[in-house]
Amino acid sequence: MSAPYSTHADLGGQLGHGPVVPEDEGILFHEPWEPAALALVLAMGATGSWNIDMSRAARETLPAYARLSYYQIWLAALEKLMIDRGQLLADELAGGHMLHPPVPLQRVLQAADVPAVLARGSPTWRADPQPPRFGVGDRVRTRAHPVPHHTRLPGYARGKVGTVERVHGSHVFADTHAHGLGEQPQPLYTVVFEGSELWGADAAPGLRVSVDAWQPYLEAA
Amino acid sequence: MGSHEHEHDHEHEHSELDETELRVRALQTILTEKGYIDPAALDAIVDTYQTRIGPRNGARVVAKAWTDPGFRDWLLRDASAAIATLGYTGRQGEHMVAVENTEQVHNMVVCTLCSCYPWPVLGLPPVWYKSAPYRSRAVRDPRGVLADFGIALPPGREIRVWDSTAEVRYLVLPQRPPGTDGMNEDQLATLVTRDSMIGTGLPRTP
Repeated sequence: MSAPYSTHADLGGQLGHGPVVPEDEGILFHEPWEPAALALVLAMGATGSWNIDMSRAARETLPAYARLSYYQIWLAALEKLMIDRGQLLADELAGGHMLHPPVPLQRVLQAADVPAVLARGSPTWRADPQPPRFGVGDRVRTRAHPVPHHTRLPGYARGKVGTVERVHGSHVFADTHAHGLGEQPQPLYTVVFEGSELWGADAAPGLRVSVDAWQPYLEAA
Repeated sequence: MGSHEHEHDHEHEHSELDETELRVRALQTILTEKGYIDPAALDAIVDTYQTRIGPRNGARVVAKAWTDPGFRDWLLRDASAAIATLGYTGRQGEHMVAVENTEQVHNMVVCTLCSCYPWPVLGLPPVWYKSAPYRSRAVRDPRGVLADFGIALPPGREIRVWDSTAEVRYLVLPQRPPGTDGMNEDQLATLVTRDSMIGTGLPRTP
């Protein structure tokens, strides 16, 4: 029996995390292993074994999320993704060497292809014959209840009324894409909320906050 | 994330980090032995983000917008296309939107759910952008966040926070500082700080 989906990453609006500590532009890494961690995750991400939504789901559900550093989260999620696909086994990690034959991959990222692959990225826009349901200026209400799967509607913006500000066309839908249910592109909107709608009468004056919401998150208000 | 709270945790965290170093080496070895990765590709990736993709790219976009009104309008209308003419395309910047600061509105960009950031124009995100204090407070107390950066905006200015919850990536176009009339694009680019393009800072003045 698998545990219900539980994200530890929905931090918007939480109190008590302390001050933001600025950092000089020139600083990229804080531990000697971080560059390799970045490169391993990107290189394995380029094999077609999973998509970025699956990566995010693997990261946000790590039980140790709150106490791990950013790249530690990346590494733990990478291990999880690979172990789930039989690409890596626990005894190999423990021993530090390959013990089992490799699983065939769709592709391997070669050094010469790195610039082109990074410059191409992974666009999520998809041509969609179905017209978007909402237009700029429409009032919409976001889904009020939490869901037992990866989603990109933050808790602080659930059940809130806002205004459609931009219509981005249809994009790969993270909620399904993260769980192997396909791209299922949905119209994507920037929806803006008054601060008071999100935080009540004590909200910071002059504050407006937007999220980028797929159509299934929205209903007409 | 990973903050030092008690002295006796410091040693524990130190050995955890050594364990992480060993784990990274193990992964690198195994993935190379399995043929899943080309080790030279790892070097190329790190080199890219250490030397070729960083916030100086975004600074050039901003400086061009400051000096070329046609480019500025295009940037605000179709940032992906405008930025692409400078060659800053790709991973985590496929769908760009530029948002301009004005006398009325100051913009701030966050990803409360993880760390979504416009890599092609700003490079790798700073650690504070990816951490709980910023992700939790930016959408609720942006003036408090700006105070942490030593910035105090005029009281009447609105603040618009953009939570990057999908694959749209945001670049703040800061206001051009006063006293910069004679400066060319290269000179102007030196005034554009990384933080000013996220919205947690303002450009330098000459």
